[in-house]
Amino acid sequence: MRDAVGSVQSVLLLGGTSEIGLDIVRALVADRATTVVLAARDTARAEQHAAALRASATGTGRHATALAVEVVELDATRTDAHAAILQGIFARPDGIDLAVVAAGALGRAGDDQLLDAAALQLVNGAGAASLMAHTARAMRAQGRGTIALLSSVAADRPRATNFAYGASKAASDAFARGLQDALHGSGVDVMIVRPGFVRTRMTADRKPAPGAVDAEAVTRAVIAGLRARKAVVYVPGSLRWVMLVLRLLPRAVFRRLPL
Amino acid sequence: MTGAQLLSGWGRTAPTRADVVRPGSVAEVVATMERERRVIARGLGRAYGDAAQNAGAAVLDMTWLRRLVALDLEHGVVTAEAGLDLDALIALILPHGWFVPVTPGTRHVTLGGALACDVHGKNHHVDGAFSRHVESFELVTPGGQVRELRPDDGDLFAATAGGMGLTGVITRVRLRLIPVSSAYVRVTTRRAANLAELMAAMRERDREFRYSVAWIDCLQRGAGLGRGIVLWGDHADAGELPAKLGRAPLGYAAAVRLGVPDVVPSGLLNPLAARAFNALWYAKAPASERVSHEGIAAYFHPLDAVAGWNRLYGRRGFVQYQAVVPDAAADAVRALLERVSGAGTSSFLAVLKRFGAGSGMLSFPMRGWTLALDVPAGARDLAAVLDELDALVVAAGGRVYLAKDARVRPERLEAMYPDLPRWRAVQRSVDPDAVMRSDLAVRLGLTA
Repeated sequence: MRDAVGSVQSVLLLGGTSEIGLDIVRALVADRATTVVLAARDTARAEQHAAALRASATGTGRHATALAVEVVELDATRTDAHAAILQGIFARPDGIDLAVVAAGALGRAGDDQLLDAAALQLVNGAGAASLMAHTARAMRAQGRGTIALLSSVAADRPRATNFAYGASKAASDAFARGLQDALHGSGVDVMIVRPGFVRTRMTADRKPAPGAVDAEAVTRAVIAGLRARKAVVYVPGSLRWVMLVLRLLPRAVFRRLPL
Repeated sequence: MTGAQLLSGWGRTAPTRADVVRPGSVAEVVATMERERRVIARGLGRAYGDAAQNAGAAVLDMTWLRRLVALDLEHGVVTAEAGLDLDALIALILPHGWFVPVTPGTRHVTLGGALACDVHGKNHHVDGAFSRHVESFELVTPGGQVRELRPDDGDLFAATAGGMGLTGVITRVRLRLIPVSSAYVRVTTRRAANLAELMAAMRERDREFRYSVAWIDCLQRGAGLGRGIVLWGDHADAGELPAKLGRAPLGYAAAVRLGVPDVVPSGLLNPLAARAFNALWYAKAPASERVSHEGIAAYFHPLDAVAGWNRLYGRRGFVQYQAVVPDAAADAVRALLERVSGAGTSSFLAVLKRFGAGSGMLSFPMRGWTLALDVPAGARDLAAVLDELDALVVAAGGRVYLAKDARVRPERLEAMYPDLPRWRAVQRSVDPDAVMRSDLAVRLGLTA
């Protein structure tokens, strides 16, 4: 059950090996989550993360017996399997309080991004939308829950250097915005998280953009967003205003920016 | 009549959706219990947290079950369906010279809710909690049995008084009333410059008065920490009233003066506003002790004059933190206030009261001091600050109030409520199929 200060007791990580996603899960377990489900394509790696989570909880004493971590196989691109898998996950007696949609891919840089256009849409677009859709159905039935989508500032306005990625993120971001309104009054909240450049394994070979942050900064912003029941969270927060300006810039100007 | 509805407590935090069922008779309550797999009763929704919410399952709206069954004006005993509220009851009995034995800070609570939360009033140090004045009640057990329970019936009575509705659905309450000769309270007001002075005044003089409450300005720090106003009260005799009031001593008017629309932005009640309000409130009180006569509504239910005052906190809502610590650990009150006044969270008036002995297994009151404060939800560090308050309370041997709670850590519960294992055993025996469920019960693992 999510409480009055935005703490949750159960969390489902869709994209169960995501570096940012796992960092968020660790913070939630340190707070008061006692049930964790890691849904991942690579279940072997997810199992390692699950073991680490269990071990870290034992150290604190608090969750030595109480923390339950489970791994479920899930491929974001195999959308036809999503309904059954999510139904299974939500079948537990106390349901799921928070689902973090972290499944995603970055694709290649430069001109090579043209070759990844469809693949990125399958994961970041259709895959994430499908996961949110089936999660939303399950949460609507349980009368409560929060979906946190790890979107990106790239979803705000596609730019020449990574528009294949940006377009795929824009698809799920727009879906989440619609979902927010569709779920109004259902007890289910959708929070869209739009980080700028995050230094992770996935972005290790990219040149960090100005204002780059670590996964921990995303986690802090997500926790603060949950506490305040925010609809949209930028990381860092100042990007909200930067993106507002960038969205309004004439194309000729935007094109020339060194982004 | 049923319908899916988004429900929250009075604090408007963590709303969830439930199927709301409105039984018009005990038979319909029984039928609902048999039909639905997961049920909780709800009265007027004045519990601050998630006690009367049931995500994805059924909530029984008891406010349609509000008939008066019997009113004995000779002996002062009322029997009514559980959905009848104290507001209606007071309006009914006060003109005849009777008053409710215990009233919380709002009269908009149902009899069933008052018993399920075992509410207390400003007279707990003298009269105990609500359940002490209940002669009997009717309970529809989770199995669909209709049972009549009296205090000497043992465990199920004590598990239901303060049991947060998890032992079944209370459908009828028989309550002893207290005689009064006027609708006024003789109020003795005294200002105290700091916490030591305030607590000493209450400790020394509470026994002289039936009612006692102190309002604390919790933004003061250092030497002024805990400055506040003590309001002692007793029901005024008709004969002592000033001529103007004496013409109609039992005349009772509980007016709603203001309403708050549902469009207030979160953040209106910020630290600045809290500081200004607290300073005004303190300055308004007379510097030396004063005796005056106030209407029952003004003394017991000042906030009821503003309909929907909880909306002042905006969309994000607020948390009311109420804890009690034993007399021996009175220093914990200071520690709690120091922690709150040192945090960035703004709390409007805090309320300090003294409790007498406790009652039901999960009843909140225990002999000692109880402190209640309202804080806006949404602040980044609120969860941590309140967790620290819990730690202070547990270390002092105290507990938080489940009817107000919306966020306590479940693992702290057993230290706070030593009778919890006993309560669980009774609960399980009356509800083996786990029919009763609320968001609160799930969040705290109460029925686990």
